[in-house]
Amino acid sequence: MDQILGAQSIQFEHPPYFAGDASIVGEKEGQGPYRKCFDKVEKDPYFGTDSWEEAESQLQLQTAALALHKANISSGEIRYIFAGDLLGQNIATSFGLVDLNRPLFGLFGACSTIGESLSLGAMTIAGGFAKKVLCLTSSHFGSAEKQFRFPLEYGNQRPLSATWTVTGSGAFILSGESPSPWDNVCITAITTGRITDYGVSDSMNMGAAMAPAACDTIFQHLQDFSRMPEDYDRIITGDLGSIGRDILLKLLMDKGYDISKQHMDCGIEIFDPDTQDTHAGGSGCGCSAAMLSAHILKQVRAGVWKRVLLVPTGALLSTVSFNEGQTVPGIAHGVVIEHV
Amino acid sequence: MPKLSEQEQQRYNEYVSQVTPTHNTLLNMCKAFLVGGIICLIGQLVLNYCRSLDLSREISGAWTSLFLVFLSALLTGLNLFPLIAKFGGAGALVPITGFANSITAPAIEFQKEGQVFGIGCKIFTIAGPVILYGLVTSSGLGLIYYILSLTGIV
Repeated sequence: MDQILGAQSIQFEHPPYFAGDASIVGEKEGQGPYRKCFDKVEKDPYFGTDSWEEAESQLQLQTAALALHKANISSGEIRYIFAGDLLGQNIATSFGLVDLNRPLFGLFGACSTIGESLSLGAMTIAGGFAKKVLCLTSSHFGSAEKQFRFPLEYGNQRPLSATWTVTGSGAFILSGESPSPWDNVCITAITTGRITDYGVSDSMNMGAAMAPAACDTIFQHLQDFSRMPEDYDRIITGDLGSIGRDILLKLLMDKGYDISKQHMDCGIEIFDPDTQDTHAGGSGCGCSAAMLSAHILKQVRAGVWKRVLLVPTGALLSTVSFNEGQTVPGIAHGVVIEHV
Repeated sequence: MPKLSEQEQQRYNEYVSQVTPTHNTLLNMCKAFLVGGIICLIGQLVLNYCRSLDLSREISGAWTSLFLVFLSALLTGLNLFPLIAKFGGAGALVPITGFANSITAPAIEFQKEGQVFGIGCKIFTIAGPVILYGLVTSSGLGLIYYILSLTGIV
């Protein structure tokens, strides 16, 4: 069987299984519509540390430890870690996961990183280079605001298109070994996204910057597999938010695909915009990761959804590129998650 | 297509601005008027009180600024100022209170990076441009005033 499919996809001959997962979020996420679904809601925004950056490191480490604990796997069994975050030089990951003492690939794909992490993890296992890998990402409202926007206490009015960075992390153990009876969820295919630039320069409207990337990846995925949106129970984007969702649906409609029935967006789901004042929705590396563990995997595991296309979306900008007048390119990685 | 031509980019951006909701300007202006007005009222009360103590106009003005700056810094530290600014917008940011907030907020945020490279280097990250270009503009105006006074116009 040829595993290389179409222009940008891989179909795994031996799909890796989800052997364990965990999600930890902050207090605000713990007050949202999915409050009961997360493994742990941490009330202390500093996670017992002194700074936002250390807090995010701690968040990542705790989530990794919880995933290992839930799966009853020791960290020594993990061959590789694929992890990333939003901070400069991936400091949340490097300072958070040093204690796990395992071989690590540090990744950056902005808020799409969990898609990148799961893709590479799945390829590593399917290629026979590891029995078990750990894939995780995190984001923290405090550290992200500090790096990309303003100090937290600075008073300003956020535009209605702005998103709220999720304080949260999701960790996933992928395994290639013959599964336990409850390991009935696997990654059957991936479609890796291209950098997509439609010339959006407003960093406070990231949904508009990322929607073309999501469109490009979903379109290419459907083309590569010769499938229709109806072949999926859900097509789930990462953090497009309410404006990005509308744009994505229109862009795909222009290309001949109507995904309005299947589409769901983790950023829209994770908060209640009416009571939580989050404007367009949630965002960040931790948004789709936490939602994948807290909700999506549970639905697939229970068989409510048989086949899901997860498309975490990322806006590839830095404060330097923004100040130098560059546009905000987007990227999105597709991961097919199936009940087997 | 991953990258659009300039013309297509423009068309996409026009479409995006059509579907992106914005704040109601009229409502925002009313809120700004209310909040800005209350801040000025507090300032006036302080000024009047100082004047009632027979302080000179300049000294009273200085006490007024001092009080408003202190109040803003205190509310920033208590994390209440962002709520006022979210509601009042420019009404809270344009008076001296906004300036105080823009200096206090980075001081709190970057304290973790140390006294020199944290607070020292980054305290003016938001207020810096205001100070720099304020100084440049007032120097320019001073020069014009000086030339005009030499020529006897003022």
